[in-house]
Amino acid sequence: MAAIDMKNIVKKYGDGFPAVNDVSIDVQDGEFMILVGPSGCGKSTLLRMIVGLEDITDGDMMIGDKRVNDLAPRDRNLAMVFQNYALYPHLTVYENIAFPLRLAKAPDSEVDEKVRAASATLELDEHLERKPGNLSGGQRQRVAMGRAIVRDADAFLFDEPLSNLDAKLRGQMRSEIARLQKRLGITTVYVTHDQTEAMTLGDRVAVLKRGVLQQLATPRELYENPGNLFVAGFIGSPPMNFLPATVEGTSVQLPFGSVEIPAAKAAKAEGRGLLIAGVRPGDFEDAAVADKQGGSTFHATVDRVEWLGNEAYAYVPFEAPDEVRDQLTQLEKDLDGDSLRTQLVVGLDGSSRVAAGDEAEIWMNTDKLHLFDPATGENLTVDRERAGRLEERALTTV
Amino acid sequence: MKNKIGLPVGVLLILAWCLLPVAWIISLSFKSQTAITNGSPGFFPASGDGAGWQNYADVLANDQFRRAIINSIGISLIATTLSVLIATLAAYAIARLEFRGKKLVLTMALVIAMFPVVSLVGPLFDLWRAVGLYDTWPGLIIPYLSFTLPLAIWTLSAFFREIPWEMEQAAQVDGATSWQAFRRVIVPLAAPGVFTAAILTFFFAWNDFVFGISLTSTEAARPIPASLSFFVGSDPFNRPASLLAAGAVISTIPIVIIILLFQRKIVAGLTSGAVKG
Repeated sequence: MAAIDMKNIVKKYGDGFPAVNDVSIDVQDGEFMILVGPSGCGKSTLLRMIVGLEDITDGDMMIGDKRVNDLAPRDRNLAMVFQNYALYPHLTVYENIAFPLRLAKAPDSEVDEKVRAASATLELDEHLERKPGNLSGGQRQRVAMGRAIVRDADAFLFDEPLSNLDAKLRGQMRSEIARLQKRLGITTVYVTHDQTEAMTLGDRVAVLKRGVLQQLATPRELYENPGNLFVAGFIGSPPMNFLPATVEGTSVQLPFGSVEIPAAKAAKAEGRGLLIAGVRPGDFEDAAVADKQGGSTFHATVDRVEWLGNEAYAYVPFEAPDEVRDQLTQLEKDLDGDSLRTQLVVGLDGSSRVAAGDEAEIWMNTDKLHLFDPATGENLTVDRERAGRLEERALTTV
Repeated sequence: MKNKIGLPVGVLLILAWCLLPVAWIISLSFKSQTAITNGSPGFFPASGDGAGWQNYADVLANDQFRRAIINSIGISLIATTLSVLIATLAAYAIARLEFRGKKLVLTMALVIAMFPVVSLVGPLFDLWRAVGLYDTWPGLIIPYLSFTLPLAIWTLSAFFREIPWEMEQAAQVDGATSWQAFRRVIVPLAAPGVFTAAILTFFFAWNDFVFGISLTSTEAARPIPASLSFFVGSDPFNRPASLLAAGAVISTIPIVIIILLFQRKIVAGLTSGAVKG
């Protein structure tokens, strides 16, 4: 087992475009690190540089105390699970799992012992003599993991391992992977574009956008203290609401009226003119059922309500000024989305009676309100003590 | 309904069209020489016209024919093995590597494959006589290689391109060298392609007549098709048709065996299950 230390890693392709741009991530020994971001953010490239399938243009890749930039994949002693599993179709499940051991010329008795142990862990015992072509998606996934755990690798690397599974299986495999990683206590780097996987699996999460590291923090830190607009919009489902806002004293002017925010927050955003306010859907409530202290209320006309039983989402459209709209449109693009409509998503309690067309009184937890600079996307109200590592470089004009 | 009747009828027609000459040769090979000379129009030998297995026994007892069989089998097998080996390596390079002149190699290969065989026979005859390859096994194997390699390379590189990169990368991460990844993962996956290429090459070498008759002069290297044309009985105006027919049938048998053997290997969908489809 070993730590993986990426120091100022750069990957440039032939055309000079940096797919990964000066990324530094330290993966501790035994840590579960997630690389997350929308497609094209360089997360898979970074993973493939760790394992040695891509050349590193610049920077140092350290595994343990060894610089591995120039080592071939087979000399790095890492195990990888590919997105499409990459099982060997001409070999049985048993031989697939045994493949790394056979290459290492392990004696048959040792191979057998280790393969049976791995298959017992992954509940593959009754499939050992079958060929991968006859297995279901989840079983193939487990065989791919078996091939990884059968060796004493220094670290596991996962490249979007669950993206080919259906939703239910994905949930099961997610907890399976988490359990396995905790039990084996092995350093793991896991690439995904799914923020749910990032939040539920990771000890720490590195959020990437267009080859640049945005923030490296625990899931809770990312959720509560996103460093910029991009991270705020990427982490959380449904995503954070972004509203145009101006701060005067301790009151924030929003499209639906003004709300009072704590003085400490207001001070950070004083005199900045037009800002973007970010509030998570869960930080709203129907004022009629809210028994919460503090916060502010406002009135708005609800356009549509989705009632899910234990909770409900109300949609409230609003008009955004052009400066803010441009930034939000760009953000949507960065997030692989294409919603052009500016609307507020309000999370309500399941017992709320608010219906479409109602003029509702909505309570908002203003403690959780974030204020972003529309030009740079910087979170002005971020609590730097609880935000992990923020990259100043990520704050660029879009 | 129309389709259900149409299909078997069509299949039967095509089968009859293709197999009739074969059936006729088999029928001929069981008739006696006299019966053929006197004219024996029936498909089955008329009473007294049948020769039983005598023609086959005669052919096999013929030293010239036995030598030709050995030549044909030896030359074809060596040419096939070499061609498949070289083509596998070349096709892998073409499918996986980016190098200058890759297009040129592929185009040249096609051009060579389209080159008329006959136009090369004259120059080769002179050349082979000069370098001492005339009437030897290598003298036939080399031209067979140059004419079968292009097809084999094209076939195999198509197969290699179908195999996902990840298979190889997974093997390398698992601890394989490039060569081990190639031999233990890529080649088994490309097996259908390898056998297709092998069959094509074997056909070409086995059926070749032009090189076989032009570049040989004795039993040292003369293959079956050429040898059959030298099969003249005692009377030059009365060729031993029934013996020839028996020889033709015998020379077809290896091809049939090879096909039956290799066909099992050419199973479609061997790669299914490698990656999520």
